[in-house]
Amino acid sequence: MATERTQELQTRGPREIATTTEGTRPGVLLTPPVDIFEDVDAITVLADMPGVKPGHLTIDLHEGVLTITGHAQSQDGSNEVAVALEYPAGTFQRSFTLSEAIDQGRIQATLRHGVLRLRLPKAEQAKPRQIKIQSD
Amino acid sequence: MIVRQVRPSSVGWTPPTNAFVQMRRDMESLLEQFTGVAGDRPMSGVFPPMNVSEDRDHYYVRALIPGVDAAKLDVSVVNQTIAVSGTRQSAEERGVSYHRRERAEGAFSRSVTLPGSFDGERVDAKYVDGVLTLTLPKHEAAKPRRVIVQTS
Repeated sequence: MATERTQELQTRGPREIATTTEGTRPGVLLTPPVDIFEDVDAITVLADMPGVKPGHLTIDLHEGVLTITGHAQSQDGSNEVAVALEYPAGTFQRSFTLSEAIDQGRIQATLRHGVLRLRLPKAEQAKPRQIKIQSD
Repeated sequence: MIVRQVRPSSVGWTPPTNAFVQMRRDMESLLEQFTGVAGDRPMSGVFPPMNVSEDRDHYYVRALIPGVDAAKLDVSVVNQTIAVSGTRQSAEERGVSYHRRERAEGAFSRSVTLPGSFDGERVDAKYVDGVLTLTLPKHEAAKPRRVIVQTS
């Protein structure tokens, strides 16, 4: 059983990203809530990104930093006037550092009902291996 | 009832009408306007967050409800109030260890009262990309009318 955590994922909030670079799109950066879990073969990330279409989603894995960016397009009609607003339209973005080797060729991403499901298979050398202990 | 907590460190739930919560939200939105960055705060503290807008003939209510089945969403209308309820449940993952669990689960229910009357029989509901959009046709009385000013 691979119940033991082999790594820690650390968040990097959008605040930090925004101070180093500036987005090309106007609007606010939003932090999507995520679930991250790990099994023997892969790390899976679930992120709530309502309003994001597959064409407006980018997933970037570069030097151990995973960045998810999704632009939620406003669905408002041209003549609409706001009565009460509770959420802004904007860009969802979140970054994680992965300390484990990921098999980049087999990453799977699905976007359904505004939830991104990202499966990051571990590279062979990163899988836990049983080590036999020899006794005299 | 789902209480959206984006920031894991915040403890408990405070009513969004609380004066301090309101003040904090105002300050944060002020800062957002200057910096263009939204803090890692809960959007409004309640789930789902809703936007209400209108044009000449319709009211529009949009709710961010990612990851539910459209069949499990319940929309009902009473007078000028529209209520949305449902349950969000993700499939139980077995044999995994969680690093993070921030996505809220459970039953939710919210209602919003619109400023004018609408035809409850002809409400249109669509669920696309995790956003529920309700289109409510206004009654004639709720539509703007031009009044001609006469001079003697």
